[in-house]
Amino acid sequence: MRYRLGVDVGGTFTDILLIDEDSGHTFRAKTSSTPHDQSIGVLTGIGKACRSADVSMADISQVLHGTTVATNAILEGKGARVGLVTTDGFRQVLQIARSYVPGGLAGWIIWPKPEPLAALEHTVEAIERIGADGEIVTPLDEDDVRAKLRRLRDAGIQALAVSLINSYVDGRHERRIGEIAAEELPGIPISLSSRVLPELREYERTVTTVANGYVQPQVARYLDSLAGKLGDSGIGGRLYVLRSDGGLATAPTAAANPVSMLLSGPAGGVSGAVWAAAQAGFTDLLTFDMGGTSTDVALVQAGKPRIGRETRVGDLTVRSASVDVRTVGAGGGSIAHVPPLTKALRVGPQSAGADPGPAAYGKGGQAPTVTDANIVLGYLPTDLAGGEIGLDRAAARAAVATIADEMGLPSVEAAAAGIVDIVNENMFGALRLVSVQQGFDPREFALVAFGGAGPLHANALGRLTGAWPVIIPPSPGVLCAYGDATTSVRDEAARTYIRRFSELTDAELSGIVAELTEAAAATVEAEGAPREEQTVSCHADIRYHGQGFEITVPVDMAVFKSTGFDGTGGGLKALGAAFDAEHERLFSFLLSNEHELVNIRVAVSGPRPHVQAVALAEGGADASQAVTGQTAVHLDGAAATATVYDRDRLLAGNVIPGPAIVTEMDSTTLVLPGHAATVHPSGSLLIRPAETSATGA
Amino acid sequence: MATIIQTAAGEVDRVEVDPVTLDIIENALRNARYEMDEVLFRTALSPGIREQHDEFPLIGDPDGKMVVGQFGLSIPALLDRYEGTIEDGDVLLTSDPYSCDGAISHANDWLVVMPIYVSGRVVGWASMFGHMSDVGGKAVCSMPTDAHTIYEEGVLIPPFKLYAKGRLNEDALRIILNQVRQPDWNRADLNGIVAACRTASRRIQELCARFGVDTYVSALDALLDRNYRAMKALLTMLFEDGETISFSDYICDDGVGHGPYKLTLSLTRTGDKVLLDFTGSAPQSSGPINYYLNENLARMFFGIYMITVADPQILWNDGFYPLVDVHIPAKTFWKPDFPSALNARNHGVGRIFDLFGGLLGQKTPDLLNAAGFSSSPHFMYSGYYADGERAGEWFQLYSIGFGGIPGRPIGDGPDGHSLWPSFVNIPCEYLESYYPLRIERWETVADTGGAGLHRGGNGVDVAYRFLQPGTIAIHDDRWLTYPWGVNGGDPGARSRKWIQRADGSTEILPSKVHGVAVARGDVLHFVTWGGGGWGDPLARDAELVAREVRRGLVSAEGARRYGVVVTEAAEVDADATTTLRAELAADRPASPPVFNMGPPLEEVLDNCEAETGLPAPKPPVAV
Repeated sequence: MRYRLGVDVGGTFTDILLIDEDSGHTFRAKTSSTPHDQSIGVLTGIGKACRSADVSMADISQVLHGTTVATNAILEGKGARVGLVTTDGFRQVLQIARSYVPGGLAGWIIWPKPEPLAALEHTVEAIERIGADGEIVTPLDEDDVRAKLRRLRDAGIQALAVSLINSYVDGRHERRIGEIAAEELPGIPISLSSRVLPELREYERTVTTVANGYVQPQVARYLDSLAGKLGDSGIGGRLYVLRSDGGLATAPTAAANPVSMLLSGPAGGVSGAVWAAAQAGFTDLLTFDMGGTSTDVALVQAGKPRIGRETRVGDLTVRSASVDVRTVGAGGGSIAHVPPLTKALRVGPQSAGADPGPAAYGKGGQAPTVTDANIVLGYLPTDLAGGEIGLDRAAARAAVATIADEMGLPSVEAAAAGIVDIVNENMFGALRLVSVQQGFDPREFALVAFGGAGPLHANALGRLTGAWPVIIPPSPGVLCAYGDATTSVRDEAARTYIRRFSELTDAELSGIVAELTEAAAATVEAEGAPREEQTVSCHADIRYHGQGFEITVPVDMAVFKSTGFDGTGGGLKALGAAFDAEHERLFSFLLSNEHELVNIRVAVSGPRPHVQAVALAEGGADASQAVTGQTAVHLDGAAATATVYDRDRLLAGNVIPGPAIVTEMDSTTLVLPGHAATVHPSGSLLIRPAETSATGA
Repeated sequence: MATIIQTAAGEVDRVEVDPVTLDIIENALRNARYEMDEVLFRTALSPGIREQHDEFPLIGDPDGKMVVGQFGLSIPALLDRYEGTIEDGDVLLTSDPYSCDGAISHANDWLVVMPIYVSGRVVGWASMFGHMSDVGGKAVCSMPTDAHTIYEEGVLIPPFKLYAKGRLNEDALRIILNQVRQPDWNRADLNGIVAACRTASRRIQELCARFGVDTYVSALDALLDRNYRAMKALLTMLFEDGETISFSDYICDDGVGHGPYKLTLSLTRTGDKVLLDFTGSAPQSSGPINYYLNENLARMFFGIYMITVADPQILWNDGFYPLVDVHIPAKTFWKPDFPSALNARNHGVGRIFDLFGGLLGQKTPDLLNAAGFSSSPHFMYSGYYADGERAGEWFQLYSIGFGGIPGRPIGDGPDGHSLWPSFVNIPCEYLESYYPLRIERWETVADTGGAGLHRGGNGVDVAYRFLQPGTIAIHDDRWLTYPWGVNGGDPGARSRKWIQRADGSTEILPSKVHGVAVARGDVLHFVTWGGGGWGDPLARDAELVAREVRRGLVSAEGARRYGVVVTEAAEVDADATTTLRAELAADRPASPPVFNMGPPLEEVLDNCEAETGLPAPKPPVAV
């Protein structure tokens, strides 16, 4: 017997998913996270899962891990002390940044500028200069930089970042400084911008390289410690880490480029959503992951999440490929308030978080939150998270009543409904960002809802977006671990190569693609996926010459090959046409300017592991065996009675007409009146408007 | 007055809108407005819009009143002056401030306005303007610093239908684009602006489909009313009935030898209403610095300062306008006679920040900031490649500089940042790959931010080495008068520009100049000004001052302005610091004036040539 182990470490809980590779049977375990050393919680969870499944740790072939170690280092400001080497004249590149002040016209009055990740006193300038064409304008003064690196060593830096002007064109000075640094700063990890992000725009490249160095020591320490503990417990399988782009990398590869795993956690959720939705037969998806403080949404087309070029964590934005997840500060803990001057109802972005949490948690929170509103409306049963947290209805009511008073609303329920409507609208805004605003019609997608609070708001979001069905996957609270366990090894190689199409030939582009493919394929092979099982995809960032933003379009290498490189440029022509189509779709017009290539990227993936979905026993439409009772709820402005179901007792084919509440260990699903949920054999609930749900899955 | 053709009969029913729906519509409008930005940024070609975001969107109600946007344009002003019909599918374009009553304020700004129709009825307006890098005329980038009339400033487009019922007026566009030096930029940017407005239009139509036109329009009324009520409460809270407060600041010179221009703004509350009065401001200039200010724009500036601070999440809009009267005397800096030149009005647009800040700050300590980077200085470089692969090819750069944000109640002013929303700098690597330039230095200058408990942000030194011969132009200010400090803070340092010629000579450049020839190897230093300081410098944490010395943001000498003495290793010398702080404290008045404008103006003018290397300007004269 061989087992795969998915591990997702969240802020509150560590989820473990053990999968029998042959039968697809899964065993779940949930345990408290151990923020000081996450590996402790992971090992506890693994032990728990193995015991409950009666599996020997020696039978675990692979450990697949989504981690927030890198993310937390940034959010908590607890990363390494990074030294930075810039070109002479550019030491303040992070201080000046893009000179941008967020907010409106008076935004500068209230904006607190975040401190750079590498302090100015730990920034030194190298005397050197490379021109935009790669020409060496000033040779590197090696003695000078050596002396400056010694100063950084004496200042106690824990990681070094090197980011020189125009190094995206030619990285030789950076490499030489890296060599000198290896001599002068033994044991200190070194990040070179020409390796981390060989792309034009010095601020973005520098901040990304510095962020890499900032999280590197902690990530390396954590992965070392975890690998050690896994080995000590007799797990011989390899440890893989999920990257922000949804691909897996071996632990050493991930540790070398940790900036690529800042969104490891959310990427696991999206991967899990893709997997679960595929079992139910859906591949075009909007994913909707609502937690306590924020909601992450993403768009998935043909089973592939959209990959963005930017990763945002807190105040920090770096250029690193990640699943294009948009985050809004709207979650169960979001606080509702009424500014006295305008008397508007605002929900978030302030959050009560997990501590003190919503008023109903009884941990000292007084502020009315979304969770409190859900309780007032009767949508949440008396306990959350498997009964670990009891809910105080009276406290929730008292908190929400303050909103009713301030707004002059007739009832506490009206205020609660307002809070829920507003937070839904905020999340709808996020879903629009990834759909309508990217030119996609949400009605052509299914909506997959997960996270602790997602299934409660999912039906309402389906109504706002028109995305049907709304899919509630099995165990929506541990979906990330599913994602970790069901994704594949992936590597990407990229190059900035700015050429107008008239300066470029099919053969030249194909040559670059071949080089990049080889580089990525070799890595993926080394990570355990043989070449014959690899899939290769190639994308190019293209713009009209003179534009500042590129559009990413897929490159079909078959078209390039089909012309036999006869000099007619058929491949580039097809690429230009694909760009035009995308430009027209996004912006509704074309320009007659020449096309220009900016970046070319090749992604190589190993095979997606075979993981069997659960298969529920067949039942009829009648779900009465799962009914546990009736409960009073407030829906669409009136009191109503909802039927309560136990999700564990549902059978395939059961139909649950709204209004209904479906409870399970770590989540609660609300089915609205006029809608019905059908139970798919793979365990997902598919919610649709009542008139269409009769056709089933 | 425009005649708006609507086929729908009757009026929109005003209905009660519940507070939640109202907030939802508010939210959706905000999203639509940001979507407009996104569409334009991603499609524009000119670096000014594409990289720096010099553009301003707005969505209006059926009367054209702004319901969401930033500021900087007025639809009613345009519609009042437009003679003709408006129908579904029409898109108006204009760039002439004089024929739209200052809806925009110089000819580089191209303003697009389109009606949003639902079932034969105008439910709103989508509008946006962007700064075109070049609109023709005698100077590259169309901002001649010696212009006396608007005729020298390029093509002037009166309001006309760029699209009539959805059909593009290709001939007119061809004539317009024939006047400009980079027609592909203007075409792309204009396309992007129209696409952005159409996006807004679609979003509003979707909202009407979702909630119904009656609810949507009624919601706009309620949103406008929300601002009205908030402002009414604020006015009574902040200003005493009958009291007049006043503040003056300066534009240093007008490009043709006169200055400084005094700008005065007074406020008086009478009952529910306030009067903003620009009386006392300098006469109109014979040069290009005049800022043709529409009364509604003055209201907008006022409103954003007042309301954003009260509820940062509010969608602030035009609803409070009836509470604010504006008086701008004719033939002044703010209301010059046609055909006065207007191209360099960016200094006036910027100085309004300081003017409102200084005026309102007297009554609202939350808002009292020091003087900041109240302009958007321009640097322009153009020519033909003399040699190399691109020999004979035309290049043209228009870019905006950044400087010191002032010391603020919440803390230090950021170094080398922007006061303008959404502006970003153009990356060095971008400039070097698209222009014959090498950037040799790009850093903030120590001690240029005014000392204070909260330090003013430092100005920036950008050193441009020219790799091809060409000409440059500069629009800058605050080279003569100081960015003032407040509550005991010092003023920031003034701006400077000079060329280090390849032949070894140095040439100091005036703040407003165009057509300066540069040779291969010449280096321009464009040093912007720092922000004023906020609060008592002697009260600033000495350890923080020393850390900033180690960071190179303050010099060891500059630390003494905070009464801080540092050692060789830039650590605090505690004893020396205590002594110096006591000395400095003893030598100054017990309570400093609220504003520190630097030396008196006469002294500044007397020392002008010695301190700046430039002759003092002559006093402005009425023209």
